[in-house]
Amino acid sequence: MIVLKNLSKKYRSSAVLDGVSASLPEGKITAFIGGNGAGKSTALNIISRLIPATSGTVEIDGVPLGAWKSRELAKRLTILSQNPFTPARLTVEELVEFGRFPHCNGRPGAEDRRMVEFAMECAGIADLRNRFLDELSGGQRQIAHIAMAVAQDTKYILLDEPLNNLDMNRAAKVMKLVRALARERGKSVVIVIHDINFVSFYADFVAAFKNGKLLYCGPADGAMSPRVLRGVYDMDIAVEERGGKKLCVYYE
Amino acid sequence: MDSAPNRRRSAFASAFAALGFAFLALALYYALSGLSADTWDYSLPRRIKVLAGISLVAVSVGMSAVVFQTVAANHILTPGIMGLDSLYVFLQTLVIYFCGSGGLGEFAGPPQFVATVALMSGACALIFVLMFRRRDGSVYHAVLVGIVFGIAFEGMSKFMQVIIDPSEFSVLEGRMFASFNRINVGLLGISAAAVAAAALWMLPDFRNLDALTLGRSQSVALGVDYRRVVLKSILAVAVLTSASTALVGPVTFLGIIVASLARFIFPTYRHGVLVPGAILAGLCVLTFGMLVTERILNFAVPLGVVINFAGGIYFIYLMLKYRSL
Repeated sequence: MIVLKNLSKKYRSSAVLDGVSASLPEGKITAFIGGNGAGKSTALNIISRLIPATSGTVEIDGVPLGAWKSRELAKRLTILSQNPFTPARLTVEELVEFGRFPHCNGRPGAEDRRMVEFAMECAGIADLRNRFLDELSGGQRQIAHIAMAVAQDTKYILLDEPLNNLDMNRAAKVMKLVRALARERGKSVVIVIHDINFVSFYADFVAAFKNGKLLYCGPADGAMSPRVLRGVYDMDIAVEERGGKKLCVYYE
Repeated sequence: MDSAPNRRRSAFASAFAALGFAFLALALYYALSGLSADTWDYSLPRRIKVLAGISLVAVSVGMSAVVFQTVAANHILTPGIMGLDSLYVFLQTLVIYFCGSGGLGEFAGPPQFVATVALMSGACALIFVLMFRRRDGSVYHAVLVGIVFGIAFEGMSKFMQVIIDPSEFSVLEGRMFASFNRINVGLLGISAAAVAAAALWMLPDFRNLDALTLGRSQSVALGVDYRRVVLKSILAVAVLTSASTALVGPVTFLGIIVASLARFIFPTYRHGVLVPGAILAGLCVLTFGMLVTERILNFAVPLGVVINFAGGIYFIYLMLKYRSL
């Protein structure tokens, strides 16, 4: 389980994250929601040790983040950051194969190749395997990066706005893939996401951020209420029932 | 199975063979052409010395340019362009300014070489370590500051150069351009040892450098100890560049030429391919350049000037192509 204890991050005098404490459930999809600059990505980057916290601690399976060896943690937790860097002369297959790096240190064996195939099939990009990344559309590149995270086969998968650059069709496919990873392979997925209807339909748990503080932390169903959403986004959002799920309507 | 990866592997093997053969042919022609019984004893050892110098510079510049570009996440910059060569000129100017050209003579040989390499490596390491202590390990800040330092060293060198005696300036001028003909044989061994040590030190991290191709956040997610690998690379690059610069003088734009050639011939991220590719490209470029400057231009222009001229134009082309740092 990922546990955040009184987590804070300050840049000079401004607090981007202010005393956040939460326990993120295992084998579920947890959505980090909130407006721009609310602290979602900062929390995710601290959990994935990309940036240090100013104070507070993160525990992964009961062990403080700092106590993990880099390579061991990479076998347990991965992150796909916002707008990942895309090297020009790298094929899709080579990128996905990088996901196996913590397991094989760049020398993939049979099991590694099997996972690479599985990840490309899951993401629906097996036919693009020999294409260079700079020949792909932004959406295809994004999916190739998600496939790399899948190939890493970690218990925890952190995705920072993975639906960027994706059309509705691809975005829905990515969310279905995320759901399959959680339901069928028992992965714990933490996803920073702006589309609250995707949250309503796919997430199990929600952590809602506002001005660096946690405004709501609990089941997704509970977050889909006009009161909570108003608090998070400062706007009126109607919530309707559709097929047993709550649909948020924020167009006027 | 004739899969795409297999086809790429065989294309790389062919390219390695072609480059190796080209270097061998160029080196043999350079060493043996035009020799007679009268000139054999004098010319052959001199030519072998030049080829040894070329090999050393090709290894150090090829490896340092590719590794530095990976660490800086930028395919235009090289240690020479970042100001390491300016630091070398600055140190040489400093010695002549304070001790006169006689000072260089008294302090020549291994002590001067070791002092120059140590000073340059130390200064580079210090600059980069200081930069990495700030900004949470960002390379971009270090790159920018490196360029600023380079300009500062150049400015201070120029200032001292206009003050010193003209005869001493002419001595200094000879050291400001790379020349493979005035290599001090006594320094070849110590220089080779420094280059070999730095290269072997870097070798186990080639696969980590492969992962670094994906940028900081992805390489950290893959379990690479980013800070350690970057600092180790910077230190190795500092030693490699310092050793070759102290041996033959500054060849500012050689790095950009060989790294670009390697990336063009071997379109891969793998350092196990790119680094040997850059080294072979360096061997071919330098040997071909020596043939041109000696046999066609009749020693009228040092090889370093020709390389900097061609590399400088190519660098401007790259700047215009990418329009960003």
